Amino acid sequence: MAFRSSSRRRWQFRQPSVIPGFGLALGVTLTWLILIVLIPISGLIWRSSGLGWSQFIQLTLDPRTVNALTISFGTAFIAAVVNLVFGVVLAWVLVRYRFPGKRVIDAMVDLPFALPTAVAGIALTTLYAPNGWIGSLLEPLGIKVAFTPAGIVVALVFVGLPFVVRTVQPIMEEIDKEVEEAAATLGANRFQTISRVLLPGLLPAGLTGFALAFARGVGEYGSVIFIAGNLPYVSEIAPLLIIIRLEEFNYAAATAIASVMLLLSFIMLLVINMIQAWSRGRYGNVA
Amino acid sequence: MEVRVQNIRKEFSRFPALEDVSLNIGSGELIALLGPSGSGKTTLLRLVAGLESPTEGTIFFGDQDASKKSVQERNIGFVFQHYALFRHMTVLDNVSFGLKVRPASRRPPAAEIRRRALDLLDLVQLSGLEKRYPAQLSGGQRQRVALARAMAVEPNVLLLDEPFGALDAQVRKELRKWLREIHDRTGHTTIFVTHDQEEALELADRVVVMSKGAIEQVGTPDEIYDHPVSPFVYGFIGQSNCLNVTLASGEIWFEDRPIGLRAANEPDGAATLYFRPHDVELIDGCGGCLAGLVTASRRVAGTRHLELDLGRGHPAIEIELPPERAASADHTRIAFRPTRWKLFRKAERPQAPSQSVDTQAHELVRVGA
Repeated sequence: MAFRSSSRRRWQFRQPSVIPGFGLALGVTLTWLILIVLIPISGLIWRSSGLGWSQFIQLTLDPRTVNALTISFGTAFIAAVVNLVFGVVLAWVLVRYRFPGKRVIDAMVDLPFALPTAVAGIALTTLYAPNGWIGSLLEPLGIKVAFTPAGIVVALVFVGLPFVVRTVQPIMEEIDKEVEEAAATLGANRFQTISRVLLPGLLPAGLTGFALAFARGVGEYGSVIFIAGNLPYVSEIAPLLIIIRLEEFNYAAATAIASVMLLLSFIMLLVINMIQAWSRGRYGNVA
Repeated sequence: MEVRVQNIRKEFSRFPALEDVSLNIGSGELIALLGPSGSGKTTLLRLVAGLESPTEGTIFFGDQDASKKSVQERNIGFVFQHYALFRHMTVLDNVSFGLKVRPASRRPPAAEIRRRALDLLDLVQLSGLEKRYPAQLSGGQRQRVALARAMAVEPNVLLLDEPFGALDAQVRKELRKWLREIHDRTGHTTIFVTHDQEEALELADRVVVMSKGAIEQVGTPDEIYDHPVSPFVYGFIGQSNCLNVTLASGEIWFEDRPIGLRAANEPDGAATLYFRPHDVELIDGCGGCLAGLVTASRRVAGTRHLELDLGRGHPAIEIELPPERAASADHTRIAFRPTRWKLFRKAERPQAPSQSVDTQAHELVRVGA
């Protein structure tokens, strides 16, 4: 039978391979994903589906909810863009130059991973508050950072920093010096070499870092609530609103907000992933 | 365009890579820089390209002093061993890159750029692949894209750094022939680096043999092979045997007997005799010859290679004979005499057995009757 159908390309569950343990590895992976990710998320969806459409729409279109979602996604997006630009610059400096203290700086990049986010939030608030070190310098210029959406961006830039640096750095280290030399022999100046040859090559890795920083920013809670000021309609983020609804025992509203966040995040990450898959297919994965 | 390299010296953090190298390359010539690794051939190529700057000396493109110009201003084409293609660009974009990055005043219109790139792809026989990405090409195809890209800027001189080094033997041979055709058609002054002597001798108009940061010999493939000027070139190009001999009143002696070769007008003393394995004749009844015991015999294509032991700790000698002549020679003693040979005198100071550059060379080739 199997030989008969060989003319039609039949999808095979298991490809013959010398690498052992496919069944075991896939089994573990699926079990793990189901336990850790799928069950909690389907619980959420199940819970919110109990609401019924009209109630769900009403809850999500509540102005306070819409504002909170806008602020969450907007600030996360801005922070991810800032991180993309400065993360690439920082990675460039770490890869390309040798200077005293380089290892220390390299290690410092990971600090936002390790530091409790609440500590980061409190430290940033202290710095950027109108009477803080940096805040007191910005105050005369009419710039307020702490207790505004700008403060949220600052906090999200902090927590998202390592993502871009750590995804771009290894790709940058692999860049062949010959490629730059080739560009130079063809007459390209330094700026053209960077903008036309080097940066496009970093695009897939940069996008990965961007997606990670963005996703982290959307879900960030601990550091933001200290610096944001948490004014409804102005600087209240969606995760905080979820907590507030939970404390009011308004589980329906909490799950509705959570579902919308989940849906939006999923769509954006899917789009970014598709862009990556497309560029990987073009450039090839190998150096 | 003519390229003149004058008294170039290059040091890498105090380590000398090139010492006082001068070389004139005529317009439209195809030149090979040949040498073992570490001989400075790639450094010389990169100096001409402007990817390195010389410690001392000047490089002229035509009448212009190029050594003060940057890489971008020199207008050269450079082909790297590992292609160095821009992998996020299509083949067409790779080839047209050099024209696209020109300042607006010198940049041809977009349609013209496209036409020229397509013409070049046609020249390198890659028509129809212009929309591919480098990752989707084979090694040989990638190197042809790299060559088309280098030629797109209409370079003053085309520089190739071991262009076929990363390819397998079959593709390498094919591309070699094809590069020669391209060169004959386009007439670019071309310098390529290789450590493969077969490649250099087959492809180049002239070969520059380099060793230890200096030029040993410059000449046509025939000159290099038939008239090596130094023991290094003799040993590096092709197969060769060397024997320590003594000269006495114009007669060459090996150990305690003359071997039937005369070197008139040569002062007495120690010398080294070089000859190629195929430049020998067998002799019946040895009245002045070299003789050795056959220790190994291998058939290689159309000839038979015999390894001879001349005794007393002399290095083994290899000779090549037509198979029918060598058939009866296994494990017997045979007598032979070089028909083409060359004598290099040792320098005044006694040298280690390995040949060094300062050995004095004497042109003493004699073709046997």
